[in-house]
Amino acid sequence: MPAADKNAKLADVAGAAEGAQAEGGILAFTREQELSAYRAMLLIRRFEEKAGQMYGMGLVGGFCHLYIGQEAVVVGARMSAKSTDQFITGYRDHGHMLACGMEPRRVMAELTGRRGGYSKGKGGSMHMFSREKNFYGGHGIVGAPAPLGVGLAFADLYRGDGSVSLTFFGDGAANQGQVYESFNMAELWKLPIVFIVENNRYAMGTSVERSSAQSNFSMRGTAFNIPGRQIDGMDVRAVAAAAREALDWCRAGKGPFLIEAQTYRYRGHSMSDPAKYRSKEEVQRVREEHDPIEQVRARLLAGGIGEDELKQIDAAVRRIVSEAADFATNDPEPDPSELWTDVVL
Amino acid sequence: MAELTLVEAVNRALAHELEHDPAVLLLGEDIGVNGGVFRATLGLQQRFGSARVIDTPLAEAAIAGVAVGMAAMGLKPVMEIQFSGFIYPAMDQLINHASRLRNRTRGRLTCPMVLRAPNGAGIHAPEHHSESPEAMLAHTPGLRVVIPSSPARAYGLLLAAIRDPDPVVFLEPTRLYRLFKQEVIDDGEPLPLDTCFVSREGRDVTLVAWGGMLHEALAAAESLASEGVDCEVVDVATLKPLDAETILRSVEKTGRCVIVQEAARTAGFGAEIAAIIAERGLYFLQAPVRRVTGYDVVMPLARLEGQYLPSVARIADAVRKTMEAE
Repeated sequence: MPAADKNAKLADVAGAAEGAQAEGGILAFTREQELSAYRAMLLIRRFEEKAGQMYGMGLVGGFCHLYIGQEAVVVGARMSAKSTDQFITGYRDHGHMLACGMEPRRVMAELTGRRGGYSKGKGGSMHMFSREKNFYGGHGIVGAPAPLGVGLAFADLYRGDGSVSLTFFGDGAANQGQVYESFNMAELWKLPIVFIVENNRYAMGTSVERSSAQSNFSMRGTAFNIPGRQIDGMDVRAVAAAAREALDWCRAGKGPFLIEAQTYRYRGHSMSDPAKYRSKEEVQRVREEHDPIEQVRARLLAGGIGEDELKQIDAAVRRIVSEAADFATNDPEPDPSELWTDVVL
Repeated sequence: MAELTLVEAVNRALAHELEHDPAVLLLGEDIGVNGGVFRATLGLQQRFGSARVIDTPLAEAAIAGVAVGMAAMGLKPVMEIQFSGFIYPAMDQLINHASRLRNRTRGRLTCPMVLRAPNGAGIHAPEHHSESPEAMLAHTPGLRVVIPSSPARAYGLLLAAIRDPDPVVFLEPTRLYRLFKQEVIDDGEPLPLDTCFVSREGRDVTLVAWGGMLHEALAAAESLASEGVDCEVVDVATLKPLDAETILRSVEKTGRCVIVQEAARTAGFGAEIAAIIAERGLYFLQAPVRRVTGYDVVMPLARLEGQYLPSVARIADAVRKTMEAE
């Protein structure tokens, strides 16, 4: 599938931030690095918009949690990571898969529950994995992937291959007890793990202010001696800078590192969200003033890149997404015999 | 060849796997320096190092979660939970991750981990130190559940559990840890994980039991022999996946069945066995299937323990009633 190969190349930005100079809390990206970030974030944005449309058309089974607005977090982290590092996250996971270079058409086909999906149409939106891309899910239970990330990091240390586990969770998950059991073990054993709190301000419909006694999540590791950074998660360069610092810390054998990326989700928690917990104006303001993709676009234009070139990227991304949607619509459904596979009976 | 207790046999099996497979790791509370609350891991940290025999914080949920992460990376963690009643905080990880990793990843990843825990009564303590949660674990798709009844079976079944690519909950009957010794050949030979064992052959009635209760069933069989009742005793050993064929074959031969379980009665694993006999062996039966079980109460403290646990007398009584029915 030539189209699929192109997708993979377009999306996986592992190592793309290499060589960028750190200054004032960001990495000063070259034009090529800005373009990498732009392409990767745009692919996630367009993919998620299409996923939302397809959900509306009744094509997506199960849940669907969109990442729109948060694209800079995973893209920035991936740009400073190596492809051999592991990524693991919760249920808002499509962006992580695409940033890790998983094929958009197979991710979309999983949303629609088709044979060609990453989990052969049985896992759905929240449950996809790729050993080749070192993506370890995609898990539905809030906070519970944190100890799994610690286990991945333990294996990294045990094998001594210098890999790091990047373990993502949200502000809601940060109030789960298992997260702190994980912090303790990670620091106790000096494991190579970067905990990344994607603080999008709302745990479903409950704001950070209404749920969190300590709302500075970068300090949540303080009691365990885990260093933390609170950063602007809407600026991909700031995320890349913090991720580089954290990964260097881990690879030097100093143990875990915590990043709080302050971000925002434009869409509802899931596709059925009454949105009574925030105003339309609030959402509109973030979109207009802090959009992660528009920020890069503005810098590219200011740096002299032509509208034409950006339009070409946009067209290429739309082609990929549209091809993914076609595949996900027409691929056959799983055979009923699949009910009995991959389980100990 | 050595005469070993059950807990020593567990120790030998763990040592054997640590020695022969660098992917095998042990983790749990107090398993290293202290050698485990029942000394199942005694001496293993000294022998294999603290990188492989790991003392963890008191955090059952994260111990299980970390083990799942290790297993996803191809390591073979064997975690010890100090008592089976302490498994409950880890149920989230067992049910939501460990048991489902193979299915959720469509076979890309498996979860070769073992959760070991002492199970059932044995130290005269109430509640979580003495309970038998095997039915809720066996009810979980994707988990194997194994309960050995002797040193030799503990050794062979634990080897098989560690080598199995899927998660195994290995419940060790606390009461049997040091009850008796048996010859165990430390040769690395596993026992099958999908087989019931016929521990005593007989013609008149089938007693089905597992773990600690196997010995009450055998004692009842012994006492009934003097009354002229010839009992066959089946050791279930692996509850999930269950070897129904061995049980049905025995019931076909004897025509009668009494199931003995230490756990509370309602929705216990004995009910599953009774249902299978009803579905597939009804016409073998000359009498209704009977169950001798714990009661639907919280496991009590020492003075009432004898009231709670199925006794040789209760089992023998149930067998006599079964023999009377025609």
